[in-house]
Amino acid sequence: MKPSIFAVACGLFAAALAPSAMAAQTHVAVAANFTEPAKEIAALFQNKTGHEAILIFGPSGGFYAQITQGAPFEVLLSADEERPRLAVENGFAVPESRFTYAIGKLVLWSRVLDVTDGQAALEAGNFSKISIANPASAPYGAAAIETLKALGLYDALQPKLVQGSSIAQAFQFVDTKNAEIGFVALAQLYGNSEGARWLVPEKLHASIRQDAVLLKKGADNEASKAFLAFLKGPEARGVIERYGYGLDIYAAREPAPAR
Amino acid sequence: MTAHGIRAEFRSVLGDFTLDAAFEAPAAGVTALFGPSGCGKTTILRCIAGLLRIEDGFCDIDGDIWQDHKGRFVPTFRRPLGYVFQEASLFPHLSVRSNLLFGAPREKPKDRAEIDFDEVIDLLGIRPLLDRSPKNLSGGERQRVGIGRALLTQPKVLLMDEPLSALDRKTKSEILPFVEKLRDHFSLPIFYITHDLTEVERLADQVVLIEQGHVLASGPLAKLQSDPSLPLAMAREAAVILDGVIEAHDSAYGLVTVAVNGGRFIAPAEPAPPGERRRVRILAADVSLARENLGPSSMLNSEPARIVSAKIIDGNEMLVVLALGAEGQGGRLLSRVTRKSWDDLALSEGLAVFARVKGVALRPGRGDFAS
Amino acid sequence: MDQLQPLWSPVRLTLELASVATLCLLVVATPLAWWLARSRAKWKEVVATIVSLPMVLPATVLGFYILILLGPDGPGGALANLWGARTLAFTFTGLVIGSVISALPTVVQPIRNAFAAIGDRPLEAAATLRASPWQAFWRVALPLASPGLLSGAVLGFSHTVGNFGVVLMIGGNIPGRTRVMSTAIFDYVESMQWREANILAGGMVVFAFCVILSMILIQKRFEGSGL
Repeated sequence: MKPSIFAVACGLFAAALAPSAMAAQTHVAVAANFTEPAKEIAALFQNKTGHEAILIFGPSGGFYAQITQGAPFEVLLSADEERPRLAVENGFAVPESRFTYAIGKLVLWSRVLDVTDGQAALEAGNFSKISIANPASAPYGAAAIETLKALGLYDALQPKLVQGSSIAQAFQFVDTKNAEIGFVALAQLYGNSEGARWLVPEKLHASIRQDAVLLKKGADNEASKAFLAFLKGPEARGVIERYGYGLDIYAAREPAPAR
Repeated sequence: MTAHGIRAEFRSVLGDFTLDAAFEAPAAGVTALFGPSGCGKTTILRCIAGLLRIEDGFCDIDGDIWQDHKGRFVPTFRRPLGYVFQEASLFPHLSVRSNLLFGAPREKPKDRAEIDFDEVIDLLGIRPLLDRSPKNLSGGERQRVGIGRALLTQPKVLLMDEPLSALDRKTKSEILPFVEKLRDHFSLPIFYITHDLTEVERLADQVVLIEQGHVLASGPLAKLQSDPSLPLAMAREAAVILDGVIEAHDSAYGLVTVAVNGGRFIAPAEPAPPGERRRVRILAADVSLARENLGPSSMLNSEPARIVSAKIIDGNEMLVVLALGAEGQGGRLLSRVTRKSWDDLALSEGLAVFARVKGVALRPGRGDFAS
Repeated sequence: MDQLQPLWSPVRLTLELASVATLCLLVVATPLAWWLARSRAKWKEVVATIVSLPMVLPATVLGFYILILLGPDGPGGALANLWGARTLAFTFTGLVIGSVISALPTVVQPIRNAFAAIGDRPLEAAATLRASPWQAFWRVALPLASPGLLSGAVLGFSHTVGNFGVVLMIGGNIPGRTRVMSTAIFDYVESMQWREANILAGGMVVFAFCVILSMILIQKRFEGSGL
């Protein structure tokens, strides 16, 4: 992906210039779906600590591949829990640093049908295409499949499934009305009151945990550690919640990594 | 409407070039559009062909109006013409045969004799080339195919745009006879563009003299050649062409006698049957004048003529226009003599004289002729 | 071999898509290239620029616009209505349209150049040989421009095979219908099925090599023949 390569190049350049002063920098790889809240959090973080968080946005899978190839990221905010776990397992991340910074909420959304009662709408099946994220790569996609299976509708609806390569595309398909209905992330509807939505009960699918982890490259960087600590703090959690993510009640209780 | 004639008028400003050309020509024989490079000859020919559309134009080819001032404009592909370009412009993706047949109509023309395929390829000597690709032909071969291709469209008029100018001298002299044959063999009016006087003298029946987009003069070749007000007669190489027929030949001396309008000339030549058409080209500088037809001389030709006009050129020379025949009833001839001779002989306009030309001055190949 | 079975479907679909798209591309690009090469209209360069846009637009942007174009509120939806569908997205037809739009500049360019290289003379010659403009186009211009057409076809085919972004954006990744090689590779990479990804990607590398080599050979051959 070109933008990521460009970002990496910029990151390398910036890293080379990074001064070891009091106000340090950290390079944070952020899952695309978390772009907006991450920007707000980074601004708050800089106001409070003076440290600068340089954000690099992209797909989690791409980030992971880049990290295995020595990308200069110091913190990873993934869209799933799988990649941070793998990063730890394969020695690219600091094991005890991993925690769930946000829990994605799945929403059934439509701009052409009334899906306020989502289950009924899915059962009625008055649509030709239902959009989901690619379950192989996106946790929201996997959660959508689990939901359909839990409702016993998977076999019936399977021929109508269309997949976006990411949750962003699944959203586009519904937004452009090419698919009448689709499973998207609640965060994507932030500030958007269009259409009808149904918040999928969390019992219908495994929770969509988005994990953060401190990468080995940032293990000795004050700013990196401070950023992760800030992410657990009340200001950051307020932002995350406002954007429509759930929070892991346990995460806040854990002691912050030693300074 | 001009019957049995061609009338063309084109007026336009093209960039910094002003075209204002109008002329008429009989719908027979070769009409040469003659002038220096850049005088607008090609533009005129392209207008006649419809390749260039000038709004203020008129073109009547023997009763067919191809363009008029009321907006009528027949597109090129509907004009029964043949066009030979400077470079042959053969289609490289087709064989010689396919090139030749590209524009050949499926039906025979109704109002004129059909030009036969075998006749054309034999006349042009291109039978051995039929299955070759144009890419492997020499310049002269290509141009012959180009001419054949144009002829086989069964045209009502053939337009040739300096067909020899892209060829070297040797190839040129190879092709010229083919063009002559063309003129003599098919009764097809030909417009022939050239800036080479030799080609004009050899091929043209009529000439349209063009200079800077204007028609300077037009008419039969001999008339224009002998008009002292035109640049042709004023040139150092000024000559006249006299059309004639062979009257007799003397195989012992290798001479022929050619009868022309108002006289006859003896010239060295290959034997030829009486009655065959022959052009005699006589340079003004080769013609001397005498008041009386005096005794033995190496001058084989001494023909009575009358002085039509005379004009001083280059200060000390006179260009004398003669009319052949004792009463001056025949064709025009030019003579270039010194002013001293003119004065010594007390020559004057209207005077009867003898025009004397050496036989060797009339041998084929004299001047620029190569064959 | 059984493990490779699922790989065949995207490969076959890709070849089908590329073939159909190439055919459509030639039909669309040839008259367009002809007009661009021959017209004296002042605004033709504006049209040329519009045609070239897909070359510089990021696939995500282009794909998004095509998605809207194909959707219920766009012309694609209106067209789909004719046979009772809502949208052309997620269909083979939609993929063909998307592929044609994104590959159009790649195909128009060499054909336009080939037409321009012919010049006026052969067409004038054809006109003096009684060929109407239509006949001159078929009998002279097209054969003379055939190296350009061939280049255009090869480039169009390979562009469609390699088209990732746009197809990803409008296809919906439906197995057997819109799941082509490039999206299949994306999936395999994303789900860490490296073996399958490698087989498909390796195949594409070999394919690209063959395409570029054949282009070079075509050019050499036609240059050598003096066309």
